Amino acid sequence: MELTRRNALMIGAGAFAATLLPVGAFATPEDTEKAIAEFTGGAEVGEGGITLTTPEIAENGNTVPIAVDAPGALEIAVFATGNPEPKVCRFKFGPLAGSQSASTRIRLAGTQDVVAVAKLPDGKFVKASNTVKVTIGGCGG
Amino acid sequence: MISRRDFLQATVAASAIYGASGVGNWAKLAAQQALTQDDLLKFDTFGNVTLIHVTDIHAQMVPIYFREPEINLGVGEAKGKPPHVTGEDFLRMFNIKPGTPEAYALTYLDFVALAKAYGRMGGLDRVATVVNAIRADRPDALLLDGGDTWHGSYTCLKTNGQDMVNVMNALKPDAMTFHWEFTLGSERVREIVEGLPFPAMGQNIFDKEWNEPSEDFADYEIFERGGAKIAVIGQAFPYMPIANPGWMFPEYSFGIHDERMQEIVDEVRAEGADLVVVLSHNGFDVDRKMASQVKGIDVILTGHTHDALPEPVLVGETILIASGSNGKFVSRVDLDVRDGRMMGFRHKLIPIFSDVIEPDKDVAAAIEAERAPYKDELAEVLGETDSLLYRRGNFNGTWDDLICNALIEEREADIALSPGFRWGPSLLPGQKITREDLFNATSMTYPNAYRSEMTGETLKVILEDVADNLFNPDPYYQQGGDMVRVGGMGYRIDITKPQGERLSDLTLLKTGEPIAPEKTYVVAGWASVREGTEGPAIWDVVENYIKRKGTVHVDPNQSVKVVGA
Repeated sequence: MELTRRNALMIGAGAFAATLLPVGAFATPEDTEKAIAEFTGGAEVGEGGITLTTPEIAENGNTVPIAVDAPGALEIAVFATGNPEPKVCRFKFGPLAGSQSASTRIRLAGTQDVVAVAKLPDGKFVKASNTVKVTIGGCGG
Repeated sequence: MISRRDFLQATVAASAIYGASGVGNWAKLAAQQALTQDDLLKFDTFGNVTLIHVTDIHAQMVPIYFREPEINLGVGEAKGKPPHVTGEDFLRMFNIKPGTPEAYALTYLDFVALAKAYGRMGGLDRVATVVNAIRADRPDALLLDGGDTWHGSYTCLKTNGQDMVNVMNALKPDAMTFHWEFTLGSERVREIVEGLPFPAMGQNIFDKEWNEPSEDFADYEIFERGGAKIAVIGQAFPYMPIANPGWMFPEYSFGIHDERMQEIVDEVRAEGADLVVVLSHNGFDVDRKMASQVKGIDVILTGHTHDALPEPVLVGETILIASGSNGKFVSRVDLDVRDGRMMGFRHKLIPIFSDVIEPDKDVAAAIEAERAPYKDELAEVLGETDSLLYRRGNFNGTWDDLICNALIEEREADIALSPGFRWGPSLLPGQKITREDLFNATSMTYPNAYRSEMTGETLKVILEDVADNLFNPDPYYQQGGDMVRVGGMGYRIDITKPQGERLSDLTLLKTGEPIAPEKTYVVAGWASVREGTEGPAIWDVVENYIKRKGTVHVDPNQSVKVVGA
């Protein structure tokens, strides 16, 4: 049996029930690059002008609150680099949007980097990236 | 012109020279058997504001022995810096002589001999005496409780924290933040908090459903003291639902939220705060990072990681105070606050030597009243130990070795796991083990001892995961406990490697064979965060073991090989 980290985490969390989920292949760095390139049309991606807010350690990998904010952006795309499918969601902002920010909850298959890329009105792209740890926990001070 | 930063550094240096900071200059006095309460309390009142800090009392109302760690490794930027300095290195760093009361209070060196010479430490009636003495100097001093207060003893468990609430209220704290309190269940926490005569705070306690700050807890409180406005901001333990059972407080979410901390610091400054204090349960390394991320905090009163430091640690213009655990110390911080700024400070970590400090009569009576209904149970002798029993240390402690041995024998397991808790006082060789002692090391609301089968690969994944919570070089990814204690299995750990590569040479001790990834092992453990964990309470497992043995003995643990320290 191939035991994935995710399955091991679920077992290790203490119930030790055999709740094995279907094992899927996880995204490679190339998959994420490809997904980002699809969004940017291959344009260069800069830094700054976008804020990505995530917990450092997820309380529950199945529902991780994230928020993105990129003043003036036309669109923001979010990628989970370690999920089976890196493309998570895209937010489009119309001309009447009061602010170019959004928050949602996403599912993370394990510890990984979450990347947000914003398309700015001048056609340029900027990104922000945070590591979110998905952990067993259980040993407080 | 001397900058504020230089001034603060000069103050630390000067305080080290003149003994105005640190534990005081009373080592010689103790050697002459003349250490007095006045020596311990001696402090030249300074400035116009006084903070009194207690934290991580873990419901220890009466004096205890508490051995500080021998191994407390720092990684990344924290390597070799306080609080990751122990034993002789600690004595050198803080200019303390071996064998002195300071050495006994602050290090593990010669612990058994010095414990016999200098006696037990702590006791909330003694803490009350110190608090009252400071208030006699400075009547409007603020008493701030960093949390882990309503957890950790037999009576606290039996009264759902009420004993500690009653006794602490007698000390009249001005604010409090939280961690283990939440393991009483969120309903009980709200019930207590509604009746508290002081603010319960945590800017990082969120309503889980809406992911917004919870209305059940204050973000901060502004106090007028010494002609200055003092903002005290609460910061609860950030990883509550991960390190403890989230199902016990499902309405709440936590996290560090330093963007929000910055907003609140800016908000209180805009409201005219002259001094910004964070009452934190982050853990020392997280606080050290937070001090570098959030601008405008003057003082962080740290908690959670149970460190006791005789001098403040300076990060930029922020001072970090570490006040120990289990009622062993009280920190006094006097501040000169003028014109919206902290101009200087004087600090003392006051060790609570229970034989030197007179108990406060009222609080002693309050403690006695809480303990009286349980007197016989508390005093019941279960057995005796011929080994020193202690808990602190990154990889093992003899109390957990004892618990692991009990789990393996009583539950017929190959391997035992015991969480890396940092609470739990010590017992000296030759001491009787009472029910109170056993509960001081095991008391909790999720005590079930599970018995389960795990593959070698699962065991490695679990150990790698916990190791990363301790040795991730970024403190924001650490949870502040110690490594899960392992019985029946040895391993090698390289703390400098990334997650997944730290552990190797996993060995089943009873056969000496390597742990095989695909093979299944019987594993016993306790304190699972998972809802519905089945099995007897850990204290019953350990009680049976102690009674069966009569006198327990714990061999030195040599099954963990540490690399990269």
